[in-house]
Amino acid sequence: MDMAVIELSRLQFALTAMYHFLFVPLTLGLSFMLVIMESVYVITKRPIWRVITRFWGRLFGINFVLGVATGLTMEFEFGTNWAYYAHYVGDIFGAPLAIEGLMAFFLEATMVGVMFFGWDRLSRVQHLFVTLLVALGTNLSALWILIANGWMQNPVGAAFNPETMRMEVTSFKEVLFNPVAQAKFVHTVSAGYVCAATFVMGVSAIYLLRGKWTNVARRSMMVASAFGLASALSVVVLGDESGYALTDNQKMKLASIEAMWETEPAPAAITLIGLPDVAGRTTHGAIKLPYVMGIIGTRSLSGKIDGIEELVLRADERIHSGIIAYDAVEKLKQDRGNIAARAAFEAHKRDIGFALLLKRYMPDPRQADDKQILKAAWDTVPNVPVMFFLFRGMAALGFGFIAFFAMAFYCASACRFSKRWFLKIAVFMIPLPWLAIEGGWVLAEIGRQPWAVDGVLPTFLGASSLTVPQIWATIIGFTALYGTLAVIEIRLMIAAIRKGPEEHHEPMAAAQGFAPLPAE
Amino acid sequence: MHIPLDYETLRVIWWALLGVLLIGFALTDGYDLGVGALLPFVGRSDEERRLVINAIAPHWEGHQVWFILGGGAIFAAWPFVYAVSFSGFYLAMFLVLAALILRPVSFKYRSKHADAGWRNRWDWALFVGGFVPALVFGVAVGNVLIGAPFRLDSDLRMTYEGSLLGLFTPFTLLTGLLSVAMLALHGAGWLAVKIEEGPVLVRARAIARIAAVVTIALFLVGGLMVARGGMGMAINGAVDTQGPSNPLLSASVAAPGAWLGNYRAHPWMVLAPVLGLVGPLVALAGITARRGWLNLAGTALATTGIIATVGCSMFPFILPSSIDPRSSLTVWNASSSHMTLFIMLIVTVIFLPVVLGYTAWVMKMLGGRITLGDVRSNPDFY
Repeated sequence: MDMAVIELSRLQFALTAMYHFLFVPLTLGLSFMLVIMESVYVITKRPIWRVITRFWGRLFGINFVLGVATGLTMEFEFGTNWAYYAHYVGDIFGAPLAIEGLMAFFLEATMVGVMFFGWDRLSRVQHLFVTLLVALGTNLSALWILIANGWMQNPVGAAFNPETMRMEVTSFKEVLFNPVAQAKFVHTVSAGYVCAATFVMGVSAIYLLRGKWTNVARRSMMVASAFGLASALSVVVLGDESGYALTDNQKMKLASIEAMWETEPAPAAITLIGLPDVAGRTTHGAIKLPYVMGIIGTRSLSGKIDGIEELVLRADERIHSGIIAYDAVEKLKQDRGNIAARAAFEAHKRDIGFALLLKRYMPDPRQADDKQILKAAWDTVPNVPVMFFLFRGMAALGFGFIAFFAMAFYCASACRFSKRWFLKIAVFMIPLPWLAIEGGWVLAEIGRQPWAVDGVLPTFLGASSLTVPQIWATIIGFTALYGTLAVIEIRLMIAAIRKGPEEHHEPMAAAQGFAPLPAE
Repeated sequence: MHIPLDYETLRVIWWALLGVLLIGFALTDGYDLGVGALLPFVGRSDEERRLVINAIAPHWEGHQVWFILGGGAIFAAWPFVYAVSFSGFYLAMFLVLAALILRPVSFKYRSKHADAGWRNRWDWALFVGGFVPALVFGVAVGNVLIGAPFRLDSDLRMTYEGSLLGLFTPFTLLTGLLSVAMLALHGAGWLAVKIEEGPVLVRARAIARIAAVVTIALFLVGGLMVARGGMGMAINGAVDTQGPSNPLLSASVAAPGAWLGNYRAHPWMVLAPVLGLVGPLVALAGITARRGWLNLAGTALATTGIIATVGCSMFPFILPSSIDPRSSLTVWNASSSHMTLFIMLIVTVIFLPVVLGYTAWVMKMLGGRITLGDVRSNPDFY
């Protein structure tokens, strides 16, 4: 296998996924904020709330369209660039993707057209219901995608079938109710809500600072501060760290986030900051808070949290066991009726993925000696310094959002957002949720390495049989296309914000009117 | 878990559902692809083009999901097909994606500035977003008929031995153009019922007539090339229709002319190519007689018949290999597991009718012809 193909495929996936996820969080959160704003309009019947809903709806539309467009790439990229992955786990992984399309994406995409074009054709309540369906659709979409992603982190309800040389479903219920997926879903959508609330706060603050459209801005801020505070609390409290104590790989992720090289006696301390040293397998200058990690990680005082070195030894054992399963599969390829091989396979099948780790160094894992096996076992440790610092950055931002929205909540009641220093902070906050969110994804996916699917399939085996020039062509193509669209998107967003909310539109007056209105 | 349907039945159902999804995509998003490809030609001024764009503006987003669902459903039900086709046709797939990514942004962004140059650029982007996918999908189907140059090793890892330019042969160019003509007919048929009387409608009708004739001609020539070109595969010996999904366990061989064999074995399948020929005629009659429903039915029958012809000709093959017949993917060796097929069937049976229901509601609710008056006065229009 050509490592350049694998590294380039990873680069392209990271680029396209992270770009796609610039638009998704705002869609997730803003759709529900539109529901809240429109509900106020329907209940109070005050036209100002219609203006507010339509204004944020317009920004939502500019953002939504790029989310949809870049989502296309994601749906096919497992096939184009990760063909062996697609074959190996498609039996499980394909289902949530298909269900997402059928159950969620159809709903949001069909209803979004009605939301934009149906203002004059629907009653107030009907239109609100359509907006609600858009919000439900986008969030259900996230649920199914995170069920798929959660399965990559914690592959439950599936087993390897040597006759088809792939993983197959054993229990769909386990895939569906995967605790890692549930935790990730709540964490991810809450992060999207924080993102949207911060965006609405920031844009409204710009208006208040300039004294423009203050009636729209102040009301929008009221909605955003309440929605934002609830979401910021949820994102941290229901953060997905609770899922980390479940499996070996999730434990490895936790241990590397904490740079915890050796197992500590329970309850473990949390490291606030320090300097992880990979070569020396130690963390310099660590400032620790006793007990906290044990409580977060195991929800108890007696639960033990495993250190990296202990987890590597466990991986070493599993590679040895996996080689037996690998040998059995090779024998079954020759003779499907080999009973001894079948029995050996059944006994060791849950470790077969670990044998595949050796394919990085040799075509046939059965040739490996103990030294090579230990080396492959150390490969299961992700990049500790990156994990360590990214997590701390993300967590600091998370607590920052709680503080910001608590402040906003206070400002809403104490001074009706009249303090300029607060408004300036709100503007400054706009990009921060995106930093935290992209950082969170990098953390989750770097933390999964070297696996594409935890304990099942190493990333380096998942790629398609492509050539380096082919992948460069698409990386350059996507970068040029996405770059151009990003520039246009930001310019249109700024233009729409500059233009501000439009006042209430009377369809009847326009229909009789003489002067043609220009397009938006 | 007990599964009440056997593996063979589920595989045939999912083969049929694959057809339903592809036809669903062509019937719905086909309107938008066709209209996009026709946009610069049926609309001359900015207002005329806005009339055309707003005829599909509220719908394209929902329609496009058929494409995404197609990708997801192939992944879930036919993972081999998903893996082999999209990585094999790698650069062609990139072209389609890039063109389809241009489309949504063009719809949305075109209207944001009144500048003529800005709008004209987005109009051509919309043309690319309609024409390129229509052409490449057709070329891809042509390549599926002649077989793709791939092989599987004992780990079932696929290697592909073709290139982007290798996809374009006289036959596949013909299928590509057939796809463009078919979708142009479909799109022009939509415009004929969706916009008010006027110069745009006159042009749309004229194009629909030409497209109907071209569709019939290309479909006939294509059929002749399939018959004379020696395409076809067959499975040697006994077929294990309930067996594990592993192409290497079956024995497919090249069998020139076999793509016509199904019509002898199952004469009812002739219905598909007959629809493909009668559909454009019905559309032509509808356009000429100004009967909206007749023309819509005609373009839908044409699209359905032409796509179904490919499936019926090839059954049970889905993606044959031109260099290693043994690696060919069939209904019996390329599906998901028994349980996944069953679960996905239940999900489809529940949700597909719901989707069709609200799609119809939206079509009805936003129904009626669009006028230049609407374009001038409605601030929600693009």
